[in-house]
Amino acid sequence: MIAAQIAANRFGLGAVVRVKNGADVKNDLKRQLRDFDPRPDVLAALPNTEDVSRLTGEYLDGLRAQGVIGDMPVNDSAITPQEKRKRAAELQKHIRKFFGKSAREFYLKAVNARLETAVESKTDFAERLVHFWANHFAISVDKPLISGFAGLHEFEAIRPHVMGKFADLLRSAVLHPGMLLYLDQVQSIGAQSRLALAVNRPRRKRKLGLNENLAREILELHTLGVNGGYNQSDVTAFANALTGWTVSGLSRGAVARALNIDNSYGQPVFVNALHQPGPARVMGKAYAAKSRQQSIDILDDLARHPATANHIAQKLAQHFYGDNPPDTLVKRLRDDFANNDGDLQSLYAVLIDSPELWQAPASKFKTPWEWTISIMRAFPDNQLTGRLPANLLRSMNHIPWRPGSPAGYGDKDADWISPDALYKRVQYANLLAVRLKGTDDIQDIAEKLFPATLSNTTRVEIARAASPRQALALLLVSPEFLRR
Amino acid sequence: MTLERRTFLAGSGAAASLALIGPSLMAQIPGNKKLLFIIQRGAADGLAQLAPVGDPAFAALRQKFVEEAQQGSKLNDIFALHPSLKKMAGLYKNRQAVFVHATASAYRDRSHFDGQNVLETGGARAYTLKSGWLNRLADQLVASKKPASALAIGDGLPMALRGDFAAASFKPNNRSAPKDDFIDRVNRLYGDDQILAGNLQKALQVNAMAGESRAIGKRDAAGLGQLTAKLMRGQQGANIAMIESSGWDLHAQAQFRMRVQLDRLDTLVDAYRLGMSSEWKDTLIIIATEFGRSAAINGTLGTDHGTGGMMYMLGGAVKGGQVITDWPGLKAANLLDQRDLRPTLSQEAVISDSVAAHFGLEPDKTRQNLFPHAMGRLNIPQIIA
Repeated sequence: MIAAQIAANRFGLGAVVRVKNGADVKNDLKRQLRDFDPRPDVLAALPNTEDVSRLTGEYLDGLRAQGVIGDMPVNDSAITPQEKRKRAAELQKHIRKFFGKSAREFYLKAVNARLETAVESKTDFAERLVHFWANHFAISVDKPLISGFAGLHEFEAIRPHVMGKFADLLRSAVLHPGMLLYLDQVQSIGAQSRLALAVNRPRRKRKLGLNENLAREILELHTLGVNGGYNQSDVTAFANALTGWTVSGLSRGAVARALNIDNSYGQPVFVNALHQPGPARVMGKAYAAKSRQQSIDILDDLARHPATANHIAQKLAQHFYGDNPPDTLVKRLRDDFANNDGDLQSLYAVLIDSPELWQAPASKFKTPWEWTISIMRAFPDNQLTGRLPANLLRSMNHIPWRPGSPAGYGDKDADWISPDALYKRVQYANLLAVRLKGTDDIQDIAEKLFPATLSNTTRVEIARAASPRQALALLLVSPEFLRR
Repeated sequence: MTLERRTFLAGSGAAASLALIGPSLMAQIPGNKKLLFIIQRGAADGLAQLAPVGDPAFAALRQKFVEEAQQGSKLNDIFALHPSLKKMAGLYKNRQAVFVHATASAYRDRSHFDGQNVLETGGARAYTLKSGWLNRLADQLVASKKPASALAIGDGLPMALRGDFAAASFKPNNRSAPKDDFIDRVNRLYGDDQILAGNLQKALQVNAMAGESRAIGKRDAAGLGQLTAKLMRGQQGANIAMIESSGWDLHAQAQFRMRVQLDRLDTLVDAYRLGMSSEWKDTLIIIATEFGRSAAINGTLGTDHGTGGMMYMLGGAVKGGQVITDWPGLKAANLLDQRDLRPTLSQEAVISDSVAAHFGLEPDKTRQNLFPHAMGRLNIPQIIA
């Protein structure tokens, strides 16, 4: 029974009413890996990157026309105050319309689709892995420009590759328009690129140039890890190799026409005129000048680097075991990653077969996302796709695709268990207890959800509750429900 | 390169003498000293906040940003405070603000997360220390038989406040409080779980103090300043608190967002000052960031990760009206790695010595406790009055 409970909560996203004591829990987890659907109907029905990109492109064109961004010089003294006010008002209208409605709408639809997918999934171990990788390759709607792309990054770039090779996942995740925009790659231009040589003149105030953001975060966060042995010259060389990558359709202006950028919307494209020509040396290896292929070769080598294997093994072990995973577990994952060319299914199978994960008590404090999903899974009679889950997550600082940095949300207990965060859960448990349906016999539900570990304290407090609602609220904030 | 010590002092004499009367009379009463640490996450641009407009190399590096920088309050021959920092300029005039420039922690790479970890733990390298310096400061106060109570205002407990000392956190919210009866039951539920039980207790204490002020909007900088003051005032209030300020990583089109960021910071500090009322004289605010940004603007009208930056030391407890720096200059030859403002003052040393003076702690012992790697004499003018 304990194994079934661990499979449902530690591996999966939470039991659906009754933890089933199936014949072979491990085989069922492996089945989930096979049955995983990268594109369930609810996600397929969403607007795609092209739709969002067209909208974003039109928005940027608006700003460009107003002289807010881009190359058009605005001579302040030549504009009357009335004209200035008028322009400002028009711009405000534009911005409000875009962020208030269109991009925000895309974003909220994506959040609800993600919730629905997680709550209803019968392959919730695989869904947990999707969430893990989306957080590993985090992009954040802290940058409002990418509001529309955030969900699509996970659905289009992450999901199709979570059961494949890490190298493919990496390429797909970092070259998706959402990431190229989030980490400023679309603005990074080689200093000796054709475009920069044509445009940068000594007297020009704004020079086109390199932006290292994406290169640095790929090395530090996505592949080698911060102690992975790279230095500033690796960052710069890699950043130079990445110049050229941009997103089609974001600019319809003169520059885009002159460069003959792909006419489509929202595709990652490589534009030679933006690329810094010449060889690059990254992590001690020389990469010949090969335009687009140069950055692809570097990415592929980074994906296979031993430091990457170690970094990924650490993070995965921490996600499933807790803050301080045993070295044996980390080493087993690292070796598998290295020996199987970063085959992710093989890596997940190692997790399933690792004895450490079937012994430890449920000690990892659920993130607000995990807590919310597990509540919705435990009480399946409820339609919670309205505003409530999104509001809950906002108040608990765990808004989907909105971490404070490209490092993603923290995955340690201390990131989520602070006094105030705990207090919030107590508040929300009360709120949810009023709203949830299908909660008649909480004592029975508690026994079914935690057949192996329900403590006597929790059992007694639930039994003594003054009302069914109070019993439910207590269950939701019980140590059993808060940890996995 | 010769490093000439140049310490810039400024401030109007009249305002200074006025400010001196208040604290010197009040200083007779042993006050409960307060420390507010505001971390600017994302590497706030020191050359934009406190612009060395008098440095001959500044204009060529900052190009399109120069015009705005020159509109700021001129503090001395070299430095101008960003025009959005209006209240801070007032504090400087009233000798309640010290700005430290060309400073950095021991960290010399350019990762936000490592840089913040070094700034918050006080380690020589990232992830070498497992607790934060504010937490260890609270422990040291306890060991010195002084009151200690530490609080994070915001999303959970930041690294600087993690450690052995039991610090609390508080996030403003406007949900109704659960009934006492329910809280009693949850307390019993956590009878076997010390972590959950302890954290719930702490949350209840802080909530009781915040009262009605706990409902403030996310962008309400003034509300945050008032609330922070409320949670720190009096013997019951926290004497160590921390606020996390984000949004400083301005790689592109930085000018507008920098204005918004600094306006909020300015508003926050001013509201906090008003809220602290008579206890402002016992207050030290330190505002610091993990590292500065590239000296030159980049191809996208922003700046990239750099090294040397600036920090703010504010409050009634400081000997204000000074810009403290050992200015290395911005000539190409003087830049670190040919790109960054070269740090010449240890951020850790400045923080540690100021905090020690503020709380009346032994300076060497404090340095050893907070920033064990940053030992050595710090030859700068006094920051704490």
